[in-house]
Amino acid sequence: MSKATLERGVAILKEQINGPVAAYFSSCVHCGICAEACLFYTETGDPAYTPINKLEPMRRLWEQEYTLFGRLKKAIGLSQPVTDSELGEWSERVYDTCSLCGRCSMVCPVGNDISYMIRRIREGLAAAGHAPEGLVAASTRSVEIGSPMGLRLPALQAQARHIKESTGLDIPFDQEGAEYLVLLSSMEVINFPEYLQAIARIFKQAGKRWTLSSEAFEATNSGIQIGVSDIARELATRVVVAAEKLKVKTVISPECGHAYTAIRWEGPNLMGRRFPFKVQHILEVLDELRAAGLFKTEGMEDTRLTFHDPCQLVRKGGVIDQPRNLLNMVASDFVEMDDHGTMNWCCGAGGGVSAIEEAAGIKMKAFDRKKAQLEGLNVDTLVTACANCRIQLEEGLEENEMEIPVVGLTELLADHLVEDDSHD
Amino acid sequence: MNSGELLFWVRGTGLSIAVVIFTFGMLVRLLEIFMLGRRRNLAELRSNGIGAGLRTLIMRSIPPDRNSMRRSMVTVVAGYGFHIGLLVVIFLLAPHIQLFESLFGFGWPAISTPLVDLFAVVALISLIVLLWHRLTHPVVRYLSTPEDYLVWAASFLPLLSGYLAYHHLWLPYEWLLVTHILSVEFMLILFPFTKLAHAFTLFIARWYTGVIAGERGVET
Repeated sequence: MSKATLERGVAILKEQINGPVAAYFSSCVHCGICAEACLFYTETGDPAYTPINKLEPMRRLWEQEYTLFGRLKKAIGLSQPVTDSELGEWSERVYDTCSLCGRCSMVCPVGNDISYMIRRIREGLAAAGHAPEGLVAASTRSVEIGSPMGLRLPALQAQARHIKESTGLDIPFDQEGAEYLVLLSSMEVINFPEYLQAIARIFKQAGKRWTLSSEAFEATNSGIQIGVSDIARELATRVVVAAEKLKVKTVISPECGHAYTAIRWEGPNLMGRRFPFKVQHILEVLDELRAAGLFKTEGMEDTRLTFHDPCQLVRKGGVIDQPRNLLNMVASDFVEMDDHGTMNWCCGAGGGVSAIEEAAGIKMKAFDRKKAQLEGLNVDTLVTACANCRIQLEEGLEENEMEIPVVGLTELLADHLVEDDSHD
Repeated sequence: MNSGELLFWVRGTGLSIAVVIFTFGMLVRLLEIFMLGRRRNLAELRSNGIGAGLRTLIMRSIPPDRNSMRRSMVTVVAGYGFHIGLLVVIFLLAPHIQLFESLFGFGWPAISTPLVDLFAVVALISLIVLLWHRLTHPVVRYLSTPEDYLVWAASFLPLLSGYLAYHHLWLPYEWLLVTHILSVEFMLILFPFTKLAHAFTLFIARWYTGVIAGERGVET
């Protein structure tokens, strides 16, 4: 990364302004409806957290650089240039209090995709040196060590050995020609080892060849959270190189929201080329196996449960029906939250918020929305499909003394797997 | 200049100036957006996004769900009241249609004037509610700039002066007509330089958002 300066920040921010951004800024009528869709506003009542307000420096830059009237105003000294201290002030609004959840983009009456612009303004703030320290550190660890949490390959290998010892299942590494390359998030490896074991059991039953790569097992991408495309590209490239080397047909993004956005939607655009393999979220793969009759379960959960949609999967990823199809295989009392699917409320810690130390308080405040959603529902279990959501949900429930266990969908499904040895 | 001469000017030269500024200004605004464009999406798309784009063009006129609507009730109800009232007054009042006919050579049937009158009242009341909301709601007040109030006035004046002229209230009719036409010209001139432009650009915004989401298999 080049040295962070205001000039560089402004130059990068200028590059981020495209047709959609210009159309969005042209259309905003300051109606305030986006605030009501944002949990950082609804839970704090602070109007500064109104989504469109988080873009004010970018709006002015657009006006000054890309509109005739704005250029005239600038020429005669009537416009206020973007300053370093302003960008510094905006850092909290752009990073700490936005999880890139995209709910504001669903309600804007003129149709502005506000979160699309937040993703872009972060590029400018990061280049100007105003990204939060926690995200800078996570990005640095990702580039240097290969994981935002500093997890190295031996830790994963140890976990694989542990699974082998306790279940007899092989965790394959670097198997050329396997159908699937499985990616993981560090959080899963560290906090939820059940996921990897569940994958191994399900693929064994389905008779599918899969592999991990010792060179690229990390799916998360701090680059797209902090908003540094160079880092995002570097991290995505590692996965693509590994997938091409192993000649897999499909790369599977794990139970994580932004990792899917990173490799599925941003990856090809960051690298400027199409991929010779498919990218799917684990829930898409499992739903396909279910539809093909390769994934069979037995028994039903009789506890009352609900599903928390990870924002990046529903509003940014189009993975909406799959978790419901899968849950209905194993749950007899599955109920939806009042707002669910594309209108689900964020857990409060996505989009990099969980990596920002200064946001620890506000992300718990934001959790109050989820708490309110859960209170009326009387569920015994909360299911989700994102390790980051899961940690925030567990923390929030704990903090609020609500005893609802949080479970990953893949593990829940694996608990009901029909184990047979026909594929051995 | 007496009211007759002034009326002659605002109907002729004045209107021409306003229409030219409006037309060229808006063309520039739209070009500014289209020239920036959007890079081709290289990800494997779930759809070409065209259907989703068209859907969003239409569906964004309706709140996405009941809970979102409830949270922004004043804005939604007064917003509908104002926009529907305004569109009815502009496009379905007999004298307005006659003006379009004289300019473009074709017209369409009007609806009864007392009915249009009712819509005008709805639009006026809605605008007053929206102004009150802008002045009192913490978020909307926080977001508001002088331009927002200017644009409010530019929308309110033509409606009010038209209403007064129709009912022959307050000022002599010709003066009211002059005021009405001048206020419309004022609005037309402001149009390309203010957020009034949203009346056109929102279709581009909705289209982009719908297409971007549709490519990913999301309906917005």
